[in-house]
Amino acid sequence: MIAPKEQDVKIAVEGLDFFYGQKQALHNITMDIRENEVFAFIGPSGCGKTTFLRVLNRMNDLIPYTSVKGSVRIDGQDIYDPNVDVVQLRKAVGTVFQKPNPFPISIFDNVAYGPKANGLKNKQQLMEIVEDSLRQAALWDEVKDRLNESALGLSGGQQQRLCIARVMAVKPEIILMDEPTSALDPVATFKVEELITELKKNYTVVIVTHNMEQAARVSDKTAFFLDGVVIEADETNNIFTNPKQKETEDYISGKFG
Amino acid sequence: MVEFKPNHLVRVKREQMFAFTMLSLAAALTVLILLAIVFYVMAQGLSVISMEFLLEEPRKMGTEGGIFPAIVGTVYLVGLIILIAAPIGVGTSIYLNEYMPDGRFKSVLRFATELLAAIPSIIHGMFGFLFFVIALGDYTGGWSILSGALTGVVMILPIIIRASEEALRSVPSNLKEGSLALGTTRWYTIKKVVLPLALPGITTSVILAIGRVIGETAAFLLTIGGSLLMAASVFDGARTLALHLYLVAMETGNVQMAFGTGAVLIVLILIINFAAAALFKLLVKRFSA
Repeated sequence: MIAPKEQDVKIAVEGLDFFYGQKQALHNITMDIRENEVFAFIGPSGCGKTTFLRVLNRMNDLIPYTSVKGSVRIDGQDIYDPNVDVVQLRKAVGTVFQKPNPFPISIFDNVAYGPKANGLKNKQQLMEIVEDSLRQAALWDEVKDRLNESALGLSGGQQQRLCIARVMAVKPEIILMDEPTSALDPVATFKVEELITELKKNYTVVIVTHNMEQAARVSDKTAFFLDGVVIEADETNNIFTNPKQKETEDYISGKFG
Repeated sequence: MVEFKPNHLVRVKREQMFAFTMLSLAAALTVLILLAIVFYVMAQGLSVISMEFLLEEPRKMGTEGGIFPAIVGTVYLVGLIILIAAPIGVGTSIYLNEYMPDGRFKSVLRFATELLAAIPSIIHGMFGFLFFVIALGDYTGGWSILSGALTGVVMILPIIIRASEEALRSVPSNLKEGSLALGTTRWYTIKKVVLPLALPGITTSVILAIGRVIGETAAFLLTIGGSLLMAASVFDGARTLALHLYLVAMETGNVQMAFGTGAVLIVLILIINFAAAALFKLLVKRFSA
C-alpha cells in the first residue's frame, strides 16, 4: 500500500518554552502541523493547551510579563521575528474563542468588520464576502433575512458560527479554535463539528478541546498536553487506540482529567 | 425534621425584621433630606423668580434686578472647562487604559490622579489665583473667566479621568481580543469596539463634571473675579450662579435674592442630572443595538 502523500508543513514549532513572568508554562515543545489537517490539542485544565494555541498568533503578546523562547515558523517565516507585523499575522491566523464573542452590532457588520478594517468600502464586494463567509459557516440560510438585526439576538450556537464566519471573512490560512463548543448544546456542537470537517478542505485547523470524543471525531492528529509538556503527538487514531505513553492511556481511559 | 435549637428560627427572623426596618429607615431619611432641601430653597426662592430676575442685570450689589450675567458667566465657564478638560481627560484615560503598559509609573500616575481628586477645592482656587491670575495674568487677563476655567480644568480632570477609565475598563476584554484577533490595529479596535461601548459611561462622567463645576464656589472665588457686569470675552471677570449666591448672601445679607439664585441653581443641576440619565440610556440603546 502506498502511503498518502503528506501535505506540506504549515506550522513548524521547535524547542518552544513559554513563561508567565517567572513561571514556565510550556516546556520545549516541538511539533509540525501540516496544511489542510485538523490538529487537536487535548489534556486536563491548566496543561498549557490554550496557552500554546495563543502562541501561534501571538495573542499572548497582550498579556503583560510573558515571554517566549524557541521558534514558531509559519510557511517558513519565524512569527516572533521582530520584523513580523502582528496585525498581518493575525489576519492569516484567525481565532475562534471559547465563548462566542460577537460584537454588539448587526450580523452583517460583524462579518464585514474585518474586511472594513482592511479598508474595503465597496458595498457590493462587502455583501459578497459576507454572504460567502456566512455560507461557509453554514449560517446563511438561518440569517439571510435578518442581516441587519443585532448579532446578540442569535442563539449561542448561531453566535459561534457567526464568529467563525467573521474569521473567514478576512481570508485566513489557519484557524485556531479554543474549545469552540464548550458553551454550546449538543445540537449546536454537532453543527460546529460538521463545519470543522468541512473547513479543513481550505484551511489548516488547530482545535483545543476538553472533549475527547470531539477530538476523535474531528481531528486527523492529536497532541496530548500535560503540565506544559507534549506527552505524545500522533495520528488521532493511534492516540486513541494505541497510545504509546502511560499518561496518555490513563488520561484517555478516564483515570484522571 | 431535626430541631437544632428550639426558637432559633424565630430569633433569626426577628433579627431580619429589625435589620430591614433600620435599612429602610436609613433610605427614607436620605430621600427626606433631599426633599427638605429642595422644597425649602424653592419655597424661599420662588417668590423672587420672574422673567425680570432671569433676564436682567443685577442692581445695587445684587439686592435688586436679576442674575442674567451670572447665568451667562456660568455657561461660559462650563463650556470652556468642558472644551479643554474633556479631550484631555478622555485622552488620558484611553492612554492609561489601552496603551500604557502596567508598571510602577502607571501606578504612580493613578495614585497621583486620586490625590489630585482629593485636594480641597479652595486649594485649587489658591493655586489658580497664584498661577493663572498673578503669574500668567498678562495672558489670562488676571481675574477672568479664562483663569477660572483653567482652575476648573485642573479640578475636574481627575474626575473625568477616573470615571472614563471606569467606563473603558467595563468593556469586555473578549470583545477587544475578538477584534485584535481579526488582524486589526489597536487604534481601530479602540475606535470601533472600545469607545462605542464606553461612550455612555464617558458621557456621564463629563456631565457629572459639569455638575461639579456648576456647584463649585471656592475654586472660582479667587480666580474669576466676581464682576457683576456682563462679560464680553473670556478675558473679563464674571460670576457663576453659585458665586453670586455666596457673594449676595455674605456681602449684602439679602437672603431672599440669594435663595432665588439658589432655586435657579438647583433646577439647573436637576435638569443636568436628568439629562445625563436620559442621554446614558439613549447611548446604551444606540450602541448596543
